[in-house]
Amino acid sequence: MNKYIKESIFKVLMVISVFIVMAYIVIIIGINVVKGGIVIINNPSVVFTAPGPKYLLGGEGGILHAILGSVFMVIPSTCIACVVSYLIALFLQVDYIKNNFSNKLRVVFDVLWGIPSILYGIFILNILIVTNRRGSLGAGIITLALLQMPVIVRYMDEALNSVPNGIRESAYSLGATRLETAFTTTKYALPGIIAGALIGMGRAMGDAASVIFTSGAGNSMPKGLSKSASSLPVLIFQQANSFYPSVREHAYAASFVLIVIVIILNTVSRISSKHFQKYTSGSGK
Amino acid sequence: MKKQNTRIILDKIFKCLMVIIISAVLLFIIALLIMLIRRSQLILSRYTIWELLFSSDWDPDKGLYGFLPAVTGTFFVTVLSLLIAVPISILSAVYISEYMPSTIKSYFQTFIDVLAGIPSVVFGLCALLVLVPLTRDVIGPLFGVKTTGMCVFTAALVLAAMVFPVIISITVESLGILPVGLKEQFLSLGATKWQLIETVLFRAAGPGIISGIILGFGRAFGETMAVVMVIGNKNILIPSLFSPGQTLPGIIVGSFNEMMSVPEHQSALIFISLILFVIVLFFNILANIIKNRLKSRWRYE
Repeated sequence: MNKYIKESIFKVLMVISVFIVMAYIVIIIGINVVKGGIVIINNPSVVFTAPGPKYLLGGEGGILHAILGSVFMVIPSTCIACVVSYLIALFLQVDYIKNNFSNKLRVVFDVLWGIPSILYGIFILNILIVTNRRGSLGAGIITLALLQMPVIVRYMDEALNSVPNGIRESAYSLGATRLETAFTTTKYALPGIIAGALIGMGRAMGDAASVIFTSGAGNSMPKGLSKSASSLPVLIFQQANSFYPSVREHAYAASFVLIVIVIILNTVSRISSKHFQKYTSGSGK
Repeated sequence: MKKQNTRIILDKIFKCLMVIIISAVLLFIIALLIMLIRRSQLILSRYTIWELLFSSDWDPDKGLYGFLPAVTGTFFVTVLSLLIAVPISILSAVYISEYMPSTIKSYFQTFIDVLAGIPSVVFGLCALLVLVPLTRDVIGPLFGVKTTGMCVFTAALVLAAMVFPVIISITVESLGILPVGLKEQFLSLGATKWQLIETVLFRAAGPGIISGIILGFGRAFGETMAVVMVIGNKNILIPSLFSPGQTLPGIIVGSFNEMMSVPEHQSALIFISLILFVIVLFFNILANIIKNRLKSRWRYE
């Protein structure tokens, strides 16, 4: 076969596959915007009202409990996970341990990232059973923190890794301790660190499999750390399995809200990493 | 002098803090493993592993726990989704990184990032609206099969969409870091672009692409919600790809809440989690070994 013919065949194939990928994205976002938008425009109160007692059985009410539940669960868990992951990433980077050992630890975190999220849920659920408690907002927060920790560690680690070695060396040569050196390198790695935190937050926001066991997944507003709560993905899952068409319609509204939050997180992470770029080396303006 | 001491002490304190946190994480993995093993002991004491894995009857009410349908279901869904996703995502990654002008490229990468961030329940929800009717009305008749649309094939189509961003972003990244000289030398010999990609770039970026595929496998394998929503959840050995099936994580989600009271059933579900954990562990370690091997063999710098 002529090499130019082969070239054009493969080029066509590549364009087709790019179109397939794009079609998936456009269809998913399109469905959410159109169907979710219609539900919300027809009945804006869906987003702002608490659900009635029989909401999932076709009763009246809205999805406010899930929105609030998601927010109350994701924000504290991200804060916990960020602090923990930041310390872990520093530990992997700064010269507290030998390089060889930190590479082995990285493999451990890769494994943690790969564990299906449902296993985190089962682990926490078992602790709940042993200690004789029920699913609650607090348990959901802990699950989500565990779930997003490996993601954030990986991103922070990569960000700290990309800091030029000269900065570390010059900090040491000025007599800084390892901790102070670590804080200096942090400043240079800030865009990556923030992006990592937001990506972890996005993962926690969208995960249903772990929360469905641990947060109680009830039909009530989140009232306290030890009370049951729901979250948007869990609610969407319950709504999509419902027999009532009106409940299924509401799933698109919930998914619209969820996807808007996720896209906002994505954009903010992009903008903030551009904004903080001025602190990184090489852009000495 | 005094200030010096506080700085060093602070350094030591933080070191202790980090060591504590790291050990807590390691402890978490060990605790998870021990918990899974201990809690699945009950089911293993009544049935042998082979009985559980190779029996095809699943009926907890009668005390029948056969995982074979779910195991084959998981296998077919994962493999089929990778068969769909791997060629498409590698080809589009090559197009994005080698053919596309750099201005459009960054927009595309944003789109791919958005796709990566979309929660799995949203994938499931959209699949219910689009892919299920598509399989029922178009693809099923195309193959001459009657199907409800809630089947293994649809699940694989959804999973493929979730694997795309993983493989694409890693492939684009590993193609991007190759030295420009490598491409220029080959092109100056009169090769076409595809020859360059085929003979040089795939080899040079090989380790990255393969680890991307294994990561994609991990994502497809562990995915729960999107699959549960479209696969039909019938615990039978699938006669064809267009019949409803079940996956391992699907069983757990489907029956954990209602069956909490039966200890044997609970133990069976935890044994499924143990299987999931072991397989994920195995593939992650495998991916690492492959990556390191290939890196030393296929080095181009």
